[in-house]
Amino acid sequence: MLDGLQRLGQAGLRFFERLGRGHILFYYILAGIPSVLVRPRLLLQQVYSVGVLSLLIIVVSGLFVGMVLGLQGYNTLVDFGAEESLGTVVALSLVRELGPVVTALLFAGRAGSALTAEIGLMKATEQLSGMEMMAVDPIKRVLSPRFLAGFISMPLLAAIFSAVGVMGGYFVGVGLLGVDEGAYWSQIQASVDFDDDIINGVIKSLVFGVVAGWIAIYEGYDAIPTSEGVSRATTRTVVHTSLAVLGLDFILTALMFGEN
Amino acid sequence: MPQSDTPPLVEIRGLRFSRGSRMIFDGVDLDIPRGKITAIMGPSGTGKTTLLKLIGGQLRPQAGSIRVDGKEVHKLSRDRLYALRKQMGLLFQSGALLTDLDVFENVAFPLREHTDLPETMLRDLVLMKLQAVGLRGARHLMPSELSGGMARRVALARAIALDPMMIMYDEPFTGQDPISMGVLVKLIRQLNDALGLSSIVVSHDVAETVAISDYVYLLSGGKVVAHGTPDELGGDQSEWARQFLEGLPDGPVPFHYQARDFAEDLMAGTEGGRE
Repeated sequence: MLDGLQRLGQAGLRFFERLGRGHILFYYILAGIPSVLVRPRLLLQQVYSVGVLSLLIIVVSGLFVGMVLGLQGYNTLVDFGAEESLGTVVALSLVRELGPVVTALLFAGRAGSALTAEIGLMKATEQLSGMEMMAVDPIKRVLSPRFLAGFISMPLLAAIFSAVGVMGGYFVGVGLLGVDEGAYWSQIQASVDFDDDIINGVIKSLVFGVVAGWIAIYEGYDAIPTSEGVSRATTRTVVHTSLAVLGLDFILTALMFGEN
Repeated sequence: MPQSDTPPLVEIRGLRFSRGSRMIFDGVDLDIPRGKITAIMGPSGTGKTTLLKLIGGQLRPQAGSIRVDGKEVHKLSRDRLYALRKQMGLLFQSGALLTDLDVFENVAFPLREHTDLPETMLRDLVLMKLQAVGLRGARHLMPSELSGGMARRVALARAIALDPMMIMYDEPFTGQDPISMGVLVKLIRQLNDALGLSSIVVSHDVAETVAISDYVYLLSGGKVVAHGTPDELGGDQSEWARQFLEGLPDGPVPFHYQARDFAEDLMAGTEGGRE
């Protein structure tokens, strides 16, 4: 009984210690951002490896998610004779929810895990330590550019995901199932509101970008510098980011659309 | 302590440092003279690498002081510490090259980070440093294409890129074949004399290290157990110095890890309650 309590206490202390270290690192990453802005080349390299290289998985997933939405939406709507509203269903689900959330989950799997592994291995092979000894701050040189790249890439990727998804819904709904083309597009035009839907979707992506980047970088930087430690940290990045994104999505949705 | 008119470059007094409950340094006093090669030797696990990290300000001592060029490392602000580090090179055992950059860019890295030199001048400087370590022809190779000895030479070129006043070598000879060992021995001596550096070589390769050093410290059990010029140490009759320098399997550092009596152990039957 006493042992159990002691273990619980230790686990609690470890949790808060990690949380504290995470926040201190977050502060330093943010403090390093001005120095990244002065060197846009560093940032562009990272936007390329974090964002551009994630494009394929985002485009392919977006297309299939849009196609499935088109199919499922049509099957439900046709029962009520409302298949002309397919554009609304596809576009709103993508812009408000699936775009930001699925992009963030894919981002965690594709880019987040890579960031953690890269930073963890740099730590294990003493590259970060070597930079410190060359009087180069690894937080400013390595961590801040990667964080900022994730923050910039996430809403762009989500926008691409949603746009490709709308096209996927169009191929299935209009191309295969015979929904009227004019109705599909005009329904989207009429129902998607710029402030309520698109801006809120972008805000979600920005929040997910911060969380996904922060978790990935912290896990890498705090990893135990062995192969086992890095592998565990990579797994934790994907699990923690996914849970944080889904939890935050609920909170953000409640705040943004709760009153409607 | 080595006798000299000029104040030492690194001055360590009463250094105490422990990791958890394990005491690594327990009152160490050391002087690293200017312009010389000083060797710090001791068996594995005596904290030789830790000592270099303490000098570089990456770790904090629990007590005592470490002065480098008159400045107390652990009392410096972050900016001043970084300014001091620009004058120190540390050669990691692994080389610690940046794996996403080629040899040229690795050597150019500190120059690009700390200076605003035009590209042509930067190229000349990098080629000069690479020429000094004999790897000018390897400048387009990636770190994964280098042998261990070449990686260390590239790291050495990078360490001298900013023309530091001192270089610390962490186990430079470990795992090297005789040829690269010979190359490294020659380079360390040559660079020290040609560039007017001060060098600290941490190693347990006795023959190579003694051959190039001007002064030697032997560490064990968290203390300095012997020090002097290589000749003085050759005549040191203390049991510990003899065991280490001659590589004897048993002596003050016992062959057996601490354990209970062998016969008693065999009679115990099972291991810690396991059937």
